[in-house]
Amino acid sequence: MLKPRVPLEEQKVMPVNGDEAVAYAVKQCLVDVVAAYPITPQTIIVEKFSEFVANGEVKTQYVPVESEHSAMSACIGAAAAGARTFTSTSAQGLALMWENLYIASGLRLPIVMAVVNRALSAPINIHCDHSDAYGMRDSGWIQLFVENSQEAYDTTIQAFKIAEHPEVQLPVAVNLDGFFLSHTLENVYMLPDEEVHRFLGGYRKLVKTYVDYLNREVEYKLDPANPLSIGSLDLYDYYFEHKMPQVEAMKKASDVVRRVNEEWYELTGRSYGDGVIDSYAVEDADAVVIVLGSSAGTMKYVASLMRQKGFKVGVVRLRMFRPFPFSEVRELLKGVKVVGVMDRGLSFGSYGPLYLEVNTAFYYSKERPLLVNYIYGLGGRDLSPAMAEEVFMDLIEVAKISEVREHLKFIGVRS
Amino acid sequence: MKKEPRGWRELPIGAVTYKLSLEYKTGGWRTLKPIIDLSKCTRCMLCWLFCPEMAIVWSGRDVLVNYDYCKGCGICAYECPVKAIDMVPEYS
Repeated sequence: MLKPRVPLEEQKVMPVNGDEAVAYAVKQCLVDVVAAYPITPQTIIVEKFSEFVANGEVKTQYVPVESEHSAMSACIGAAAAGARTFTSTSAQGLALMWENLYIASGLRLPIVMAVVNRALSAPINIHCDHSDAYGMRDSGWIQLFVENSQEAYDTTIQAFKIAEHPEVQLPVAVNLDGFFLSHTLENVYMLPDEEVHRFLGGYRKLVKTYVDYLNREVEYKLDPANPLSIGSLDLYDYYFEHKMPQVEAMKKASDVVRRVNEEWYELTGRSYGDGVIDSYAVEDADAVVIVLGSSAGTMKYVASLMRQKGFKVGVVRLRMFRPFPFSEVRELLKGVKVVGVMDRGLSFGSYGPLYLEVNTAFYYSKERPLLVNYIYGLGGRDLSPAMAEEVFMDLIEVAKISEVREHLKFIGVRS
Repeated sequence: MKKEPRGWRELPIGAVTYKLSLEYKTGGWRTLKPIIDLSKCTRCMLCWLFCPEMAIVWSGRDVLVNYDYCKGCGICAYECPVKAIDMVPEYS
């Protein structure tokens, strides 16, 4: 094994919860502006960060706004002025930001946002599911999901590097499960500040763009010395053309996510699969589940127990949901008999959003596995090892009869 | 100068407007056209002050309308204290 540039003994172990892990990560990222509004279970992130600001531990401009709509607006303004910008939110807060999410990506602003996943109302619920993240899937943001608090810390730092990559220039949402991660204490290894600074290459670097009326290349930022007007009226004559670079940037993002994961490995000794997909015991598996977020831990644990009993089961955790790794999923699960797709959220009148993507991934391959969609854990209902086993056993049964009788199943709900 | 209309690879990043808005003439949106009666006009310049499009021009002697950009909103006619501006249909 390669010796990391910062060996584990030189990393500081901090007993923090997932939210604090994110706050400490942001503290080290030379962030110019943070604008946020508190909402459970995200509150600890900005609460902790505002402490750092009040204590003079960071030089960040903290903007306490009156709503999430304003939080994202302030981030858009700051990022357009060239600032490295961060915000975080959950559920209703994310929903309130919605129209601005599209503006952030359309203007190609590399804002980083921690989304602490929480169920959407009604009825009101503060606990974890992925309905909030699924709601923003078409907004042009890169969406990463983490499994534990260590990964939340690592991914938050990586997110700035991914977002600001010259070929990407897109906002990134780092998703961590509300309460399961956000409020659960875990030992997290943290890097020295200067290593994070070096990893990110210092403060945000701006890309350049050619503007006809200025007759030269200028930095892409709002600057009175080189006045730019951004995001103004754009009708059927150019709007379509302005959307295409977003398509292209998303295509390039996968490779950047992978490369950043490798760089992180060289720096810290930690990596998460190939950065895009983190798989467990998939190679010879007959039945595999695909899952997002912290539930992957439970699924891997149960899979390891079932392996001991002789069941060939495996787990695929997608770390990246947008852009969706279609060819990677297809390649990885080639030859698997049956795949269970686990969604912590669903599109009413349809299936779980993850299931729809996995179906698309396999449509064009001749040999495709049988697919079953399991909806679980809505409103923070725990996915117990027993439920995880129920899913695996169900998949094994489907493999045995080679037929899916029910495509949409609900796990852990009382009838 | 690149050929218009441009392809998507030829545009600046992030929906930056690469041309001045002066090149985007909006006068064609107009249905009502302001006509200034210079014999009534006192040159108070309130129309110039209120015009949201900066389409009122002072020639040094007269108050004129730049019809390339005037969208015909009628604010000038409404604000004119001596009722020197008439809004007349563009096509009648």
